[in-house]
Amino acid sequence: MSSDVNVKLDALPGADPNALPLQVKDLHVEFRTRNGIAHAVNGVSFDLRAGETRAILGESGCGKSVTAQAIMGILDSPPGFVTGGEILYRGVDLLKLPESERRKVRANRIAMIFQDALSALNPVFTVGFQLAELFRKHRGMSRQDAKARAVELLDLVKIPAAKQRVNDYPHQFSGGMRQRVMIAMALALDPEVLIADEPTTALDVTVQAQIMALLAELQRERNMGLVLITHDMGVVADVADRISVMYAGRVIEEAGVNDIYASPAHPYTKGLLESIPRLDLKGQELSAIKGLPPALTNIPPGCAFNPRCRYAQEVCRKDPAPPLYQVSPSRTAACHFWKEVKGDE
Amino acid sequence: MGRYVIRRLLQFIPTVLGTMFLLHYITSLAIQFSGNPVRALFGDRTPPPALLQAITERLGYGDPCLDRRGDPCLWRAAEGGGGWLGTGYEPGLFFDRLSGVFFHFDFGVNLRERAVTDLVADAIPFTFKLLLIAIVFEAVVGIAAGVWAGLRGGSFADNLVKISTVFIISVPIFVLGVVVREFVGVKFGNVLRGQDWIPDLISVGVFTPGFKPDYPFASLIIPGMVLGAVSLATTARLTRTSIMENIRADYVRTAKAKGLTNKRVIGVHTLRNSLIPVITFLGVDIGAAMAGAVVTETIFNVPGIGRLVTMSARTGESSVVIGVVTMLVLVVLLANLLVDLLYAVLDPRIRYE
Repeated sequence: MSSDVNVKLDALPGADPNALPLQVKDLHVEFRTRNGIAHAVNGVSFDLRAGETRAILGESGCGKSVTAQAIMGILDSPPGFVTGGEILYRGVDLLKLPESERRKVRANRIAMIFQDALSALNPVFTVGFQLAELFRKHRGMSRQDAKARAVELLDLVKIPAAKQRVNDYPHQFSGGMRQRVMIAMALALDPEVLIADEPTTALDVTVQAQIMALLAELQRERNMGLVLITHDMGVVADVADRISVMYAGRVIEEAGVNDIYASPAHPYTKGLLESIPRLDLKGQELSAIKGLPPALTNIPPGCAFNPRCRYAQEVCRKDPAPPLYQVSPSRTAACHFWKEVKGDE
Repeated sequence: MGRYVIRRLLQFIPTVLGTMFLLHYITSLAIQFSGNPVRALFGDRTPPPALLQAITERLGYGDPCLDRRGDPCLWRAAEGGGGWLGTGYEPGLFFDRLSGVFFHFDFGVNLRERAVTDLVADAIPFTFKLLLIAIVFEAVVGIAAGVWAGLRGGSFADNLVKISTVFIISVPIFVLGVVVREFVGVKFGNVLRGQDWIPDLISVGVFTPGFKPDYPFASLIIPGMVLGAVSLATTARLTRTSIMENIRADYVRTAKAKGLTNKRVIGVHTLRNSLIPVITFLGVDIGAAMAGAVVTETIFNVPGIGRLVTMSARTGESSVVIGVVTMLVLVVLLANLLVDLLYAVLDPRIRYE
């Protein structure tokens, strides 16, 4: 990076440089639709340390993307509303900031990568324009300087012939290259936190590995916190430090990556792990979690997972939902029977 | 790209020939059924047959096929036998007209022996001014209303635009034109003309029931707005839908996540994409507006191409009708081609092979 134009941002007023880069506390998001209120996120909490990778794992519609959009402040509103909780960046509650201040947090301090890079990049502007825009609008650079930085960024994410490709349009790149452009865009302003929403879902497996390796490398270089949203347990195992498993808008288990894979403490996590195809179980039927996740407009009382759970008893079907039990000093699980689930292994 | 343009230009040939034949046949049928248009020159008097015959020959209505009802006037019996490839026939009136237009740039004359090309040259500035006013009006107001409604889907603004556009679309242009002329030009104009403090440019020029040579631009404003009104409604609708579709697009979310101001997210990222279909519509609409100009110019008495066509259709001057409409067809075809090329400029994903 050429440092002559690299203006470092002033600290956000009230920010404590020693506080965690990202802390989400008891976040609630709902969508007010014609068919009723969809409770997409119901009390999600997690911390993220500098340089740490936090995976948020769950199936489609469990509220993981909505959580990410709420952190960025880019929910479609209406119908989406944050109805409770705190999102702390270095101790400052972003939800209490006026929009003009909040806007400056985006891309500068917390950036985001989206799932499908083809639709997430604007089809009518060159990638150079879309990258340079960040420097022009946030750092007040001239078009020329900003373009030079765009080329550097494309180099950084290992796009060959960056100098020529900077003038190409998104549709002229392959899927993997497009996702690299997305990563370049997210890293342009040196954010402290990167939220990656299913960054590899739209890619084939070999390209997935390259993209994850690139992300990991860039994260190490910058000591950046990474929130990795995915439904792919394989991706998680390789790169994550800690995992939050989400179900129906709640974090139902939170633990270090090794603990979860060794001994899940929630039946849902256990079900997910059992549904991964394994070479040593060749020839046996792959187990699957029966049933479907609940509609967010109609979450069952008690534990939201109880209709699909083989451990469920009367207590699971009654409100309140199970609290997060302290399974060990560094892990929690929202299951009344976590001991049985864990010991059952 | 070059090959694409050439292919498109070649496609003009059958279109133009087809249009010309259709016009030729319809105007010939009109003469065959309702009689020689030259007789109109003499009013109630009965001209001496020899004189009538001479004038008819000179104005190009002397072909005997024009006396045979239903004859498409394609071939005529060759004088002295032989003819084309020994068939005994030679190319008839239609081919005479084609060769006149394409080899001699001769579109014929009207009943007063003025060349059609001169008539068009006199009339076209008025039509161009009218079209300009119409297109600017529908683009500016239509896009503004569409953006306003599209950004607030389901709100009062949205419903207002939806209802008023349906209303405008459902009223045919000849009704709208007559109503506007009657109430805005005559009645409201009379009120304005009764006030001393209003300048003549406004009261006499703009609010006029018809074109005024003293105010060649001002008196075209209201006819232009009438002409643009229907497409304005379509433009507003198209913009509205397009904005609502794009505002939910992933790349708009990316633009927000980049910390750009709302103004830039909407004004640059959303609008640029939303306007692609709108601009193509406006381009194609130039052709439709030409057709509308025929009605509008007649209602407001504007001496443009449209009124020229109406007048000559009434008097049965086939050469004028054929000549003017053929030129209009060429303009529309060229406009459509330009729009298709513009489309590739607006949307880099489009490539013409």
